[in-house]
Amino acid sequence: MQALYAQLLVGLINGSFYALLSLGLAVIFGMLNIINFAHGALYMMGAFCAYFLLNIAGIGYWPALIIAPIVVGIFGMILERTMLQWLAGLDHLYGLLLTFGLALIIQGVFQNYFGSSGLPYAIPSELQGGMNLGFMFLPIYRGWVVVFSLIVCFATWYLIEKTRLGANLRAATENPTLVRAFGINVPRMITLTYGLGVGLAALAGVLSAPINQVRPLMGADLIIVVFAVVVIGGMGSIMGSIITGFALGVIEGLTKYFYPEASNTVVFVLMVLVLLLKPTGLTGRAA
Amino acid sequence: MSALTDDSLPVTPQAMRDEMIVFAAMAVLLGMVPLTGIYPFFVMQALCFALLACAFNLLIGYGGLLSFGHAMFLGTAGYCTAHALKVWGVTPELGILVGVAGAAALSVVTGFISIRRQGIYFSMITLALSQLLYFIYLQVPFTHGEDGIQGIPQGYLFGIFDLSKPTVLYYVVLAGFLGGFLLIYRTINSPFGEVLKAIRENEPRAISLGYKTDQYKLLAFILSGTIAGFAGSLKVFVAQNASLTDVHWTMSGEIVLMTLVGGLGTVFGPVVGAFVIIAMQQYLAGFGQWVTVIQGVIFVACVLTFRRGVIGEIAHYFRRSL
Repeated sequence: MQALYAQLLVGLINGSFYALLSLGLAVIFGMLNIINFAHGALYMMGAFCAYFLLNIAGIGYWPALIIAPIVVGIFGMILERTMLQWLAGLDHLYGLLLTFGLALIIQGVFQNYFGSSGLPYAIPSELQGGMNLGFMFLPIYRGWVVVFSLIVCFATWYLIEKTRLGANLRAATENPTLVRAFGINVPRMITLTYGLGVGLAALAGVLSAPINQVRPLMGADLIIVVFAVVVIGGMGSIMGSIITGFALGVIEGLTKYFYPEASNTVVFVLMVLVLLLKPTGLTGRAA
Repeated sequence: MSALTDDSLPVTPQAMRDEMIVFAAMAVLLGMVPLTGIYPFFVMQALCFALLACAFNLLIGYGGLLSFGHAMFLGTAGYCTAHALKVWGVTPELGILVGVAGAAALSVVTGFISIRRQGIYFSMITLALSQLLYFIYLQVPFTHGEDGIQGIPQGYLFGIFDLSKPTVLYYVVLAGFLGGFLLIYRTINSPFGEVLKAIRENEPRAISLGYKTDQYKLLAFILSGTIAGFAGSLKVFVAQNASLTDVHWTMSGEIVLMTLVGGLGTVFGPVVGAFVIIAMQQYLAGFGQWVTVIQGVIFVACVLTFRRGVIGEIAHYFRRSL
């Protein structure tokens, strides 16, 4: 039973990353109509940013949790202003191709300087150690990752679904021209939204640094699983991304316990099943 | 919204004539390669990728479907052919048949699944399916995991052509490439190809005209996957191995890049693109990981500045169809 709970916890943690990443993808897709292939690379940049902050500037985990998403978010906004905005009005697929190219560049540069092996990032002292819950031993950091990402996910959901800013944002995705006529600066909103989505990816990167080590390719394979999560969830709603992300992480964890051979493939198999039964995805609208 | 291939010209007798002239020139030039000092292995490899890119282009350029998982057909056919040749000890022509059949079967299944969504969702599904396959090939015993299938015997094609001789192998690969190319060319200029283009331009209208667009798209997917598999089978004889790199999604990205560089939806673009990218990998190998960065820069530059690709820009300049 101990092993089962441990795998469930691992599943929840992976689910947190899936949720944060697919949430960022959904936010970006909503405003820019672009599937951000560079999302995995930006997630990796978040982790590296935390690593640099610690090893070069001596800035620890807690400030990094705020600084890294801002730094990477600004980097993302520069990308949006210099490249992505020129694709508005073109076929969606060009956005996918452009961000794929960006991902290759970013990952290639990091691979050149840091190789492919992982760099360690220590768990902050406040979150070291663990707790005995009676039925299992819970490493505090892992519990923190799950709780913190849940909070971030719901904060993002609240921001987009319940605030005035979010209402403007949703209106702008429906009809940008009309929203502009109301005096709202839509291009700036698009840039900030891209920054927000990228910041979520970077935040996931910082969270994962102490667990998974900091590697140039840490986002490359993860992003494809996240794409499968997106196909399953359908990206129709913010809440859909969050729930699907966590649920798939847990299912993956359970598979690792009951049938480890399939743990790499279970998300993709689920994607196939969902497509056969409900092609638009669980929460999705038609594309 | 402008489509990926927005300025393709109508098929006129003049366009057909232009294309046939260029095809003849290409065939003659490629046929003369063994007479020159060019490294035949490099050209053979480029030919395999050119056919692969042409097959991919059939789907994106004429059907508007961006498959981001075409490496799965290359890899699957490669593994099937390699296994048949090495373990079953079959003749080369049967080996190719096994590989093509494997890719065809795979394309039926994956096409049926992926065709259910459009646009970027279609791309993501093909990508996820190819990654699923990657993990399967990593684990099943017959692919030998990380090692791949190596030391594959080349044998005698039809009992006559000794494929271990580079010149013979070259002409066999060239014949395979030209045959596959003509098949694709015939397809896009057939009534079926015209319907595909109609679907690319405006799917709802094609549906309202009474076409079962899903069936057309599925058929295009199967054809594309099968020809891509044929390229994968040929590649086994050139490289004499089948490995995981052929199934990995980065390979799918390279196929997209080749076609994009040459020109999406142009007849000869994918061939030129494949030669450019393979030559780049060959001659820039010394730069190590920077090759990835250079590829990324080319991707970005193509999308931002010359979306028509090399051949597309030339064709646009001369207002000809190429």
